[in-house]
Amino acid sequence: MNVLVVLPILIPLVSAVATLLLRSSVRAQNVIGMTGSALLLAASIWLLTAVHDGGILVQQLGGWKAPFGISFVADTFSALMVLLTGVTGLAIAIYSAAAVDEPRRRFGYFPLLHILLMGVNGAFLTGDMFNLYVWFEVMLIASFVLLVLGGERVQFAGAVKYVTVNLLASMLFLIGAGVLYGKTGTLNFADLAFKLSQTANPELVNTSAMLFLVAFGIKAAIFPFFFWLPDSYPVPPAAITALFAGLLTKVGVYALLRTFSIIFVHDTGFTQPLFLVLAGVTMVVGVLGAVAQSEMKRLLSFHIVSQIGYALMGLGIFTQLALSGAIYFTLHVAIAKAALFLVVGYVARKRGHTALKQLGGLLRESPVLAVLFLLAALSLAGLPPFSGFFAKFTLVRAGLESADYVIVAVALAVSMLTLFSMTKIWGEAFWKETPGGVPSADILPPAPTVENPLVTVYPTLTKASMALYFIPMFLLVAVTVIMGLAAEPILQMTGQAADQLLNPTLYIESVLGVQP
Amino acid sequence: MESLLPILLILIAAAFAPLLQRVPGRVAGWGLALLPGAFFIHFLTLLPAVQNGGERLFTLPWIPTLGISLSFRFEGLSLLFALLVLGVGALVLVYAGGYLAGHARRGRFFSFMLLFMASMLGVVLADNLLLLFVFWEMTSIASYLLIGFYTDKEKSRRSALQALLVTGFGGLALLAGIILTGVAGGSYDIAALLSSEEALRTHGLYLPALLLILLGAFTKSAQVPFHFWLPGAMAAPAPVSAYLHSATMVKAGVYLLARLNPVFGGTEEWHYLLTLAGGATMVIGAFLAAPQTDLKRLLAYSTVSALGMLVMLIGLSTDLAAKAAMVFLVVHSLYKGALFMVAGVIDHQAGSRDVRELHGLARVMPFTAAAAFLAALSMTGFPPLLGFIGKELMYEAKMQAPSASVFLLVAGVLANAVNIAVALIVGMRPFVGRKPVRPGRAHEGPVSLWLGPLLLGLGGLVFGLFPSLIGRTLIEPAVQSVRAEHVDVALKLWHGINPVLMLSLLTIVVGVLMFLLRLRARRVAAELRVPELLLPGGLYRRVVDALPGAAGRMVRHVQSGYLRAYLFTILVVFILLAGYTFLKLPGWPIDTGFGDVSFYSVGLVVLMIAATIMVLVARTRLVAIAALGVIGFGIAAIYVIYSAPDLAITQILVETLTVLIFLFVIRHLPRFGVRSSVPTQLRDAVVAVFSGIVVTLYSLKASGVQLDTAISTFFAENSLPAAFGRNVVNVILVDFRAMDTLGEVTVLAVAAIGVYAMMKLRRGNGRVS
Repeated sequence: MNVLVVLPILIPLVSAVATLLLRSSVRAQNVIGMTGSALLLAASIWLLTAVHDGGILVQQLGGWKAPFGISFVADTFSALMVLLTGVTGLAIAIYSAAAVDEPRRRFGYFPLLHILLMGVNGAFLTGDMFNLYVWFEVMLIASFVLLVLGGERVQFAGAVKYVTVNLLASMLFLIGAGVLYGKTGTLNFADLAFKLSQTANPELVNTSAMLFLVAFGIKAAIFPFFFWLPDSYPVPPAAITALFAGLLTKVGVYALLRTFSIIFVHDTGFTQPLFLVLAGVTMVVGVLGAVAQSEMKRLLSFHIVSQIGYALMGLGIFTQLALSGAIYFTLHVAIAKAALFLVVGYVARKRGHTALKQLGGLLRESPVLAVLFLLAALSLAGLPPFSGFFAKFTLVRAGLESADYVIVAVALAVSMLTLFSMTKIWGEAFWKETPGGVPSADILPPAPTVENPLVTVYPTLTKASMALYFIPMFLLVAVTVIMGLAAEPILQMTGQAADQLLNPTLYIESVLGVQP
Repeated sequence: MESLLPILLILIAAAFAPLLQRVPGRVAGWGLALLPGAFFIHFLTLLPAVQNGGERLFTLPWIPTLGISLSFRFEGLSLLFALLVLGVGALVLVYAGGYLAGHARRGRFFSFMLLFMASMLGVVLADNLLLLFVFWEMTSIASYLLIGFYTDKEKSRRSALQALLVTGFGGLALLAGIILTGVAGGSYDIAALLSSEEALRTHGLYLPALLLILLGAFTKSAQVPFHFWLPGAMAAPAPVSAYLHSATMVKAGVYLLARLNPVFGGTEEWHYLLTLAGGATMVIGAFLAAPQTDLKRLLAYSTVSALGMLVMLIGLSTDLAAKAAMVFLVVHSLYKGALFMVAGVIDHQAGSRDVRELHGLARVMPFTAAAAFLAALSMTGFPPLLGFIGKELMYEAKMQAPSASVFLLVAGVLANAVNIAVALIVGMRPFVGRKPVRPGRAHEGPVSLWLGPLLLGLGGLVFGLFPSLIGRTLIEPAVQSVRAEHVDVALKLWHGINPVLMLSLLTIVVGVLMFLLRLRARRVAAELRVPELLLPGGLYRRVVDALPGAAGRMVRHVQSGYLRAYLFTILVVFILLAGYTFLKLPGWPIDTGFGDVSFYSVGLVVLMIAATIMVLVARTRLVAIAALGVIGFGIAAIYVIYSAPDLAITQILVETLTVLIFLFVIRHLPRFGVRSSVPTQLRDAVVAVFSGIVVTLYSLKASGVQLDTAISTFFAENSLPAAFGRNVVNVILVDFRAMDTLGEVTVLAVAAIGVYAMMKLRRGNGRVS
């Protein structure tokens, strides 16, 4: 029994149930919400060390041996992604205690948060195609409710696009899983990989691979499936957007990396160039979208799309270094992007809006916030010595070493535009003064009316809630800085993860217990 | 350790510098200057260690996976640059303390300056190219923050961004160039590349790597056509211009070229690219400088010109040219740093930087005037200043250039003559003549303001009189690094009467003439309006200004906001991808065994197809929902035919509930109607039909392909003996695959929370307690 492998879904499940039972007490929810996330982080660190030291950990649920039951598998890739959930989850849980308004917290915010974390971890750990589908559903419903929670009109408009496009993804995923099962008679990743390696005609599953590509592509928000993201992410409060930005699209990326490295590897002559094209266009379209925006949340949402292209680039190059870079990049961008959204959330709280033209003076007013933003932004733009640089460097080097010059040129040019749009936020919100005179330090949002009851009167920020705002920002920014300065141990692990993806024998052996 | 320690200590100082806000500016300046000052002296004592090619390597592993190590090399060229960085740095810090004495954000300013100093030190001491790149980009960031230091000024912000984007662009090219170098040369360590330089030069990637690295060096060192960011950077406070934009950072590109000369140099590409770019920059920079009236812009353009000279000299690839380059490097840093500080003092004390308004300041600012005179004399190349020696060497190098020496000489005389005019305009003109316009206002600044320029100016004089002070000790090891062989450097002030001296005299005469004709030059330039778009700076502005708008148009096209368009695109791409992979598969193993289809099944399918058409043509919602219900119940019936009663029951329940709920909410929905045009409907129909075809083909294929036995037999066999349940479906749900069920239960629970919250928590419904 490797209970460790299921702890990352058990802990959030328990936290969700506990916060749901105690929903009348906002204070108790805060405490449990944070404690649960802290425990999750601890468990994920424990899991990663165990996997790092002892190799792939497998838990056959219900004691049914693979491929008949559902296998939970923690290899280095999975364990790293679970750790990402742990870090992001803790930061968001702390931040939410201050930043999410009381009505939302009374109506299930924390249970939903933890169920989302559970779904994400389930997706990272499962070794079964249909079970992955189930976790996608859990994430989808939890994120949908988080999107509409609060009942503002604009929330529904965004949420409908979100849920419709994602349901289309679910449908394609389900068809894909059905067709795949019809062909191979199994759903277990390891068993699929094993059977395909044994058969003479593995290309028969290539058609199904396209179903998964589109389904996961929608989840990961790559071109041309990303449209739902910039329309829905800017809508909810920043804490929720930060959570989504950090984790949801990364699950799509994870699924692409996982399935197209151990299962669908029999048509790389077609899929690799395809991934490279999709990666390049995703980067360009996303970053141009960002350049055009003048509202912070929308700008950053387009960047999520753009950055996914880099992870995909690694999958398209498909060497050990490239996959290692793609995984490192995914970890980096989740942290950096979540940090930026948390900063935006504080700006929104302070000024009541996030429109760049009307913002200003934040450097003078809140130098600490400015430093946090600048570090995260420079990291996102890929400047050294932060995590973004080493992530992009790894990918660019992998690309140049395999002579994929076009994608490298695109990646570098997009880096430039990323820097450009980050300096736009910096120049408009932090450097320049507020147009039309200096506002008071804390503009309170308008008082709630019958027309617009959602606007809650925020009390002036107390010392305690300031701490709740800033601790998570410090945490995430520190992670991105440390990931850069101490890139070596992380690259060791992402390299190990890439090795495991490129040589699935170990994975298959660990799950099936046979010598393939 | 002597490399890493200063960098670390200065970085730590940078981190704590904002706290110095409480300390008076001048005290802070003097105090902080002690740090680079001490290291400057320490580095001086290390001079003997680098004689005759002596070097010290220091390596710590950092990120071995990527080939990035903390390896530093301490030798001639590095030490020369490090001394400039630290020496000028210390003086500039003192100067900045006076310049920003009362400024509200001087703590932050010092922090950025120290950040820059540490990064620049890293650039010149790093041996690993990737480490060098890390520091290189850090100097760009520091420069961005410093140029934009006056954050409330739009011009500062724009200039800062411009500098960042131009050098950032070059930085990315440099990165790619370094990686290609690593691919071709097998290492990122310069020390290692030095021994494999022959393999590198003959490698197919040599030219791409070279071009990319040159892009990096040229943007950083403001070579034409990337020069325009440097005059823009004059929006920065004077200490920044003196330090980053004349003495140190802009020379990083020159440093890189000099450093890589033994690795990349010696080829025709290297020679022509560098002399051409450098020569063009030298001339164009000079002529752009001529009509300027702002002190700092005059200096900025003449800096561009000087950087061109340095690049050209390195490109000449001779011993003499390398010698000239190293001497001129020192000369230029001394006089240009001094003049920028002088310009700052004038601005600070007299309130203007316009040369047409400034005169007679020597009477009220004697020390500043002395500093300016000395620096200007060195800039004109007048004996006995070091500038004279530099210019002589330069002419000599050009005369002995392997090719095009006449052309180079003419260009050199012209450029130098303009620079003499600039020296006179900046260093002499403001101090002589009538008494200042506002005598009560202009007065000498405190020691901190004139000490730096005066010392730098004196440096030009002392080293000119006693060139042996730096010749063998400082210049010779640096030249050896550039040439990768020992070159004897014996600097002399007087070479006798020879053609070079004649050229120097000619230059001075032409330069003085140009000075006298400066008013005419300004008039001519004012009439000669080159269309902005043709200039690189104008082009840059045009692109940057147009970018958001153009991107916005593109995005509005892609991101239309219409859900229908999104679904359409996704389905079309799906059809293309899936259809393509399907078609390219040889021999479609499609199951065509329709023989055993029962009569009931056929009837049901016909019924369901009819119902589907009904849904599409229905004029009211009620009819459409009823028809949908028919489809659902049809599916249930098919489950019954294929003996899956559990599924059938579930399906019937779901269908019944769905239809009922629809009927409940139907009255809340807006009016039903067909809103799309006929072509749109047709288009959608095509997509829908093709999606259906693709999925159908997939299903048929899936049942045709059987790679292995299904796991379902295991379930049937083990359900009762191992899981103690007679109903296999139930056992699968609650035992074999119980985790799926847990997930689905969670989905339902969340949906319940969502419905509850949506009903309770919404507009006007007790939202605020």
